[in-house]
Amino acid sequence: MPHARHLLAIEGMHPPEITELLDVAEAYALLNRSGKAPRDLLRGKTLINLFFEDSTRTRTSFELAGKRLGADVINMAVSASSVSKGETLLDTASTLNAMQCDLLAVRHAQSGAPALLAQKVDASVINAGDGTHEHPTQALLDALTIRRRKGGLENITVAICGDIAHSRVARSNIFALTALGARVRLIGPPTLIPAEIEQLGVTVFHTMEQGLPGTDIVMMLRLQKERMTSGLVPSAREFFRRYGLDHARLALAKPDALVMHPGPMNRGVEIDSAVADDPQRSLIREQVEMGVAVRMAVLDLLSRSHTRNV
Amino acid sequence: MSDLLISNVRLLDPATGLDEPGALLIRDGRIADFGRFAPPENIPTFDGQNAALCPGLVDLRARLGEPGFEYRETIESAAQAAAAGGITTLAALPDSAPAIDDPALVHLLRARGAQTGNLTIHPYGALTRGCRGTDMAELFLLHEAGAVAFTDGSRALANARLLRLALSYTKSFGARIVQHPEEPTLAEAGCATEGELATRLGLPAIPAAAEAIQVARDIALAELTGGAIHFSPVSTAAALALIRDAKQRGVNVTCDTAPPYFDLNETAIGDYRTYAKLTPPLRRDADRQATAAALADGTIDAIVSDHTPLDADDKRLPFAQANAGGTGLATLLGVTLAQYHGGHLTLLQALALLTEKPARLLDLAAGRLVRGAQADCCLFHPDRIWQVQSGKLPGKAQNTPFDGRALEGRVTATFKAGKQVFG
Repeated sequence: MPHARHLLAIEGMHPPEITELLDVAEAYALLNRSGKAPRDLLRGKTLINLFFEDSTRTRTSFELAGKRLGADVINMAVSASSVSKGETLLDTASTLNAMQCDLLAVRHAQSGAPALLAQKVDASVINAGDGTHEHPTQALLDALTIRRRKGGLENITVAICGDIAHSRVARSNIFALTALGARVRLIGPPTLIPAEIEQLGVTVFHTMEQGLPGTDIVMMLRLQKERMTSGLVPSAREFFRRYGLDHARLALAKPDALVMHPGPMNRGVEIDSAVADDPQRSLIREQVEMGVAVRMAVLDLLSRSHTRNV
Repeated sequence: MSDLLISNVRLLDPATGLDEPGALLIRDGRIADFGRFAPPENIPTFDGQNAALCPGLVDLRARLGEPGFEYRETIESAAQAAAAGGITTLAALPDSAPAIDDPALVHLLRARGAQTGNLTIHPYGALTRGCRGTDMAELFLLHEAGAVAFTDGSRALANARLLRLALSYTKSFGARIVQHPEEPTLAEAGCATEGELATRLGLPAIPAAAEAIQVARDIALAELTGGAIHFSPVSTAAALALIRDAKQRGVNVTCDTAPPYFDLNETAIGDYRTYAKLTPPLRRDADRQATAAALADGTIDAIVSDHTPLDADDKRLPFAQANAGGTGLATLLGVTLAQYHGGHLTLLQALALLTEKPARLLDLAAGRLVRGAQADCCLFHPDRIWQVQSGKLPGKAQNTPFDGRALEGRVTATFKAGKQVFG
């Protein structure tokens, strides 16, 4: 990480790089709680949140992370209309270069879009979620949350459940968790498990009853409504019947198993409210808190390694 | 007119198995003699310097940019690229804008090819109006105007009833239907071959079986109707096995492939390299090897360039949004010869797939060394090394999937109707 210019994917990162990032993030988590984050660290630097897809949670988290470190933060929500006017991603890159931005958090509906942008902009690019490819900061915050609660990731068993095929969160988590020594299981219907994902070092299950026993962490993924209309899943209620997480299903996992969700949740589709809101079992709130800390660490480390060409 | 003696060459003609040193004499743009003969006096002479001389290459699948996409390529620039690739005869796909679904457009393309002086253009006719897959085009009128076969280009005709009717109807005047082998509902929105790589990259994927499914259905329709079907380009072991088997049963089925499918595999798309985004998508290595093996065993009838000119704005996009296709005219011979250098094909086998066999498939008067025929020839050094570089290719379009590839085998001169058009 100290030598990296961009954060585009977890795949390819070495375990010590991930660990270093988590260590820095953990320090920021403590500083945030005591209100002592270094407010001048990124003074004079500009962070642009370039979001081609709607997002409240991730954009706000990056915004807060940048502001807590003293950066100037601009949010650019690029609506579908300006894209349809013909401005290409590379036109956008050229605009951003002229604005002399230092850090760029990009969310885009297309896999590989931040990597394409990174080839053309002077700023450090942070992938804030691209298509069905990766969402690196989400995986880092998930890893940090687990590490704090379980004391480490070695030999921890994590079950990622639901729509794996369309999930950038799942891919980044698979790469991060396996790199750090955790065992990863995927649970979902065959229509939502992408081809040959076992090659990524995970075990695939098609029922919660088979996949959950022995797990320390149950990570639920959002199931989007369009999956029902495109025939991947017959209906929301059928999905919940087979893969929805309620307390009865959670009891299949280890007695101290904890529940995670990257948000936004579809209550009653993939997760029951009683589980999501259970302070004893749900880490969902803590994930949001760690999200800010992880993004502060990423901004800090990337701006250490990279000074914009002027 | 053009009289020329091309001396000191290794004459190669796959149609007759000819492979011997000699010379070739051109009178009035036609082949007057070749082999060992006493050269006439006072004739302009081109010293071949022991290079190989074969019939001008015949490419059965290329897009020209015209009409409709002149910002990508023009007939003029495509003709330059073809000449640099040793190609003197080319069949142009009809999915242009407008589509070649009217006899007047067939006449236009033929005339524009003749105007270049480099290249004979044989247009394909659209199989359906506008290549939209719904209404049959005026196939006989297109045929009469000179359309060499019928296809909707890189769109497979999905409607089984319509394909059945087209196969029966074209049988009455001996025309062939060329089908893009990709089952459209399985291929919809996909941009990479399904498997570990597409899963890692998070790209919408197409199962390799989409090809075999289309091929299996269409072979059944060819058997039902007795019509002639040609699949282009084929890229999977499963589809090739079906075609091999159907040929043995005597079904009127043929196929071709393009160099990327026997020279590259899916890893070429690496970190979202859009120049390697093709349709069908690049396959895994086992399919690449099966495609190469099918060149040698005769299952594949021709190697085509599948030249698809695109410009930077078509390609500098996120992978799934980028246009599919690569240039192929200038690299057709060099990449094909890699199969010869690798010991998988003899030199004559490799050249047959680029000359006599494709010409025979569409009944074209090309692709052979025949006394009295138009003198279309390609002079090349089988061992000369060069490197493919996007940005430095002949012609306008630069979107080669082979950027950086070192090749052995370079065209040094091309002759069209006895006139030197390249080198």
